[in-house]
Amino acid sequence: MAKIIVVTSGKGGVGKTTSSAAIGTGLALKGHKTVIIDFDIGLRNLDLIMGCERRVVYDFVNVINGEANLKQTLIKDKRIDNLFILPASQTRDKDALTKDGVERVLNELAKDFDFILCDSPAGIEAGAMMALYFADEAIVVTNPEVSSVRDSDRILGMLSSKSRRAEQGQDSIKEHLLLTRYNPERVEKGEMLSVDDVKEILSIDLVGVIPESQAVLNASNSGQPVILDKDSDAGQAYLDTVERLLGENVPFRFLTVEKKGLLKRIFGG
Amino acid sequence: MSLLDYFRSSKKNTANTAKERLQIIVAHERRKRNSPDYLPQLERDILEVIRKYVDISPEQIAVSLEKRDDELSVLELNVTFPDDKR
Repeated sequence: MAKIIVVTSGKGGVGKTTSSAAIGTGLALKGHKTVIIDFDIGLRNLDLIMGCERRVVYDFVNVINGEANLKQTLIKDKRIDNLFILPASQTRDKDALTKDGVERVLNELAKDFDFILCDSPAGIEAGAMMALYFADEAIVVTNPEVSSVRDSDRILGMLSSKSRRAEQGQDSIKEHLLLTRYNPERVEKGEMLSVDDVKEILSIDLVGVIPESQAVLNASNSGQPVILDKDSDAGQAYLDTVERLLGENVPFRFLTVEKKGLLKRIFGG
Repeated sequence: MSLLDYFRSSKKNTANTAKERLQIIVAHERRKRNSPDYLPQLERDILEVIRKYVDISPEQIAVSLEKRDDELSVLELNVTFPDDKR
């Protein structure tokens, strides 16, 4: 049975699509058949981050409306086996997604895949609600910054009240905190909320901490999920995250500032 | 932190400020989120009834519903009366 995971945040620009692309790719690297669905109808971007923007023929809404089947619509990743992308529609609006339609597509995907990753749009409107409704687990992407943390808490409220699991009285959605754009130097200076601060406020389990990194922009520039940049700090942090998501016990890295030499410590820099 | 920074830094720790502000607002919003839909109307109705006898403003009344466990919920009603009794 497939596991449905929503990648969500409330606030925009915190790294949902970057994280969806990286984690989806990581799950496939680990040998699990994975599909990443772009739920951001009208503002599709997952295709660009995954580097398959020129291979989009049909989209999610076409499948829901029966204008194309899944086989025609799914884009198979050229780098990694077992990885597929279901792109969002660029021309329709959010109302094009119906609960019945989404459920039908998810059920069909579930027959074939181990993981279904739903890349949620920002906000708390129809599109975001649809992305989280059917989820078994949720990755709540948060920046160590006040508005992002507050919005994440809003989304946690939605997960526990507006999801199918909540409505049908099943076990609640398993929630994971993914802290992105983390800057240990600023945390040390008292300029940024620490991992422990955010964990304490949101009180959910931490699945990963991704350091603020040059590698993320470089990766999106070239359409390569950052997890494939194995030498980069962000790439390694995402790989750790995927392993934790799969139940492995991996120590956290990149949480502290690298130790500087004596001269640097005296004169700064 | 370098020695130079040490002499320079008189800035306050803004991360602590952020944490305190977040703890307050998040707790407030969670309480509101977990309260039933009828609570605001209930508060207005209670206010109207009390106003028949004492002149109070909406800020002087606070209604909250606290869930202790699965079996028990406590409705707490807090009304501040004006000093001059009539």
